[in-house]
Amino acid sequence: MNKTAIKAIYRSEMKRFFRTIAQSMFSPVLSTVLYFVVFGAAIGSRIESVEGIAYGAFIVPGLVMLAVLQQSISNAAFGIYFPKFTGTIYELFSAPINFVEIIIGYVGAAATKSLIVAAVILITATFFVDIKIAHPLWAFAFLVLTALSFSLLGFIIGIWAKNFEQLQIIPMLVVTPLVFLGGAFYSANMLPGIWQIVVKFNPVLYLISGFRWSFFNVADVPVMISLIAISLFLFICIAIIGWIFKTGWRLRE
Amino acid sequence: MRAVLIYTTAEGQNMGDNAINNHVEKNMSQTIISIQGLDKTYSNGFSALKDVSLEVAEGEILALLGPNGAGKTTLIGSICGLVSPSSGVVEVGGFDIHKNARKARSMIGLVPQEIALEIFSTVWDTVRFSRGLFGCKADDAYIETLLKSLSLWDKKDNTIVSLSGGMKRRVMIAKALSHQPKVLFLDEPTAGVDVALRKDMWEVVDKLRKTGVTIILTTHYIEEAEEMADRIAVIRKGEILLVEEKEALLQRFGQKQVHLHLTAELTQMPSALEESDLELSADKKTITYTYDVMSKRTGITSLIAELAKNNVHIRDIDTRKSSLEEVFLSLVEEQKS
Repeated sequence: MNKTAIKAIYRSEMKRFFRTIAQSMFSPVLSTVLYFVVFGAAIGSRIESVEGIAYGAFIVPGLVMLAVLQQSISNAAFGIYFPKFTGTIYELFSAPINFVEIIIGYVGAAATKSLIVAAVILITATFFVDIKIAHPLWAFAFLVLTALSFSLLGFIIGIWAKNFEQLQIIPMLVVTPLVFLGGAFYSANMLPGIWQIVVKFNPVLYLISGFRWSFFNVADVPVMISLIAISLFLFICIAIIGWIFKTGWRLRE
Repeated sequence: MRAVLIYTTAEGQNMGDNAINNHVEKNMSQTIISIQGLDKTYSNGFSALKDVSLEVAEGEILALLGPNGAGKTTLIGSICGLVSPSSGVVEVGGFDIHKNARKARSMIGLVPQEIALEIFSTVWDTVRFSRGLFGCKADDAYIETLLKSLSLWDKKDNTIVSLSGGMKRRVMIAKALSHQPKVLFLDEPTAGVDVALRKDMWEVVDKLRKTGVTIILTTHYIEEAEEMADRIAVIRKGEILLVEEKEALLQRFGQKQVHLHLTAELTQMPSALEESDLELSADKKTITYTYDVMSKRTGITSLIAELAKNNVHIRDIDTRKSSLEEVFLSLVEEQKS
């Protein structure tokens, strides 16, 4: 294991994050504040509570998950797409490192960044609502697993993407709808009949449900199912990446 | 001025002076790169390399000379891990590039043709990053020496985007040397570079030569191969046409011309010389004689004797060897026929 190389990739990725810390932080924090103003204060004031939890607080886990998903995907996708775009990827191919090390470096950095963003959003949320986390360790575990698996997904997107449009399209077209239909702003139980079944096919539902459970002890699906779902997703991403690196798909002639 | 670049091996042993001496003595018997039967056919059916075999000796500078699309970059890419060869065996320092990829690659530094740098990073950060990527522990003292030797030290805190093209190329070289490789690949180091920068790059290579690092460079400028290389491999359409010492190549294909500058106009060529292959310039003050360097008797002595006999006074003599360009063209022509 070329630990020095992993460290070098990780540090250089984190350095880029901190070089643009203002932009990196401003956008997720701003959108969180907007969500609080719109959903928490304006609309939320007309909704008394969901499953016994004040609506403003109820949406916090969903908002954090939304940010973690988006950040993980875009950080990791950009992290590997950028060297492809600028040509600096030649260095990764000619260096004495293997793909596992490359992934640990890039995905580790992308996941770290989104965890930092998650922390900042949680802190921001405390200015608007009272939050108590019932199971902090579980919350942390869900965050880390989600950050890792969606960073892996982002990494795959970054390798797949041939241009900037493709880089944006998955987060725009797939992830945002999944998050909105995944119960970020409501409980799945509030949906009418058929939709309750449809949303069960949405992987993001399990993430948000599990994460919300670790806050409030309230879940749409049992927490163990959530854990299995996220682990399964993680495994699928690892399998795809393993295949990509074995075949050199989109990477090497 | 003595070259300031101090080059150390990965083990940290200083090989500056020894390397210079070795080089002077042409003690270059050790093979560092061995390529056997390398083939590369791209997925679209294009055959970029055809049964390429090549040995490179430690400490030498080998120029891969060939026109655009000859397979130079594919060959380098295959050795460095950017291209997966279809078949063939490549060893670097005795390590197979597939079975022992880590060891083989840690001996190699690559400067690709296109400048590719993370533009918002600083020079210092990007060179340090490369060193780390190759699994070497941070060594700021070495990187300082390296940057100084490439005249990049005062730019170390600049972002890449603020550097000129020539400086960016130097940064690429610094990155490639950051892990103290034994072999350096320079893919078209002066492509699209102006004359001054090209000279500048030659100086850099000359400095590197003195450190003992083996250099393989590709070029389609014959002048460049002539200037820098010890040996030249001519490559065309994925095949190596020949590999030879530069001097030998020049001699083998070399024609030489001697120009005799006369003190006075020569109105009438001496009768004894009328049969020989001489050219008289338009101003009638220069005689040009073309001969083959490899022939047993060049005929220069008798030419000069004949002129002296006829009271033709020579003010000056100069000779000119044919350039590699001419050698290259005649070689390619020869292969065609």
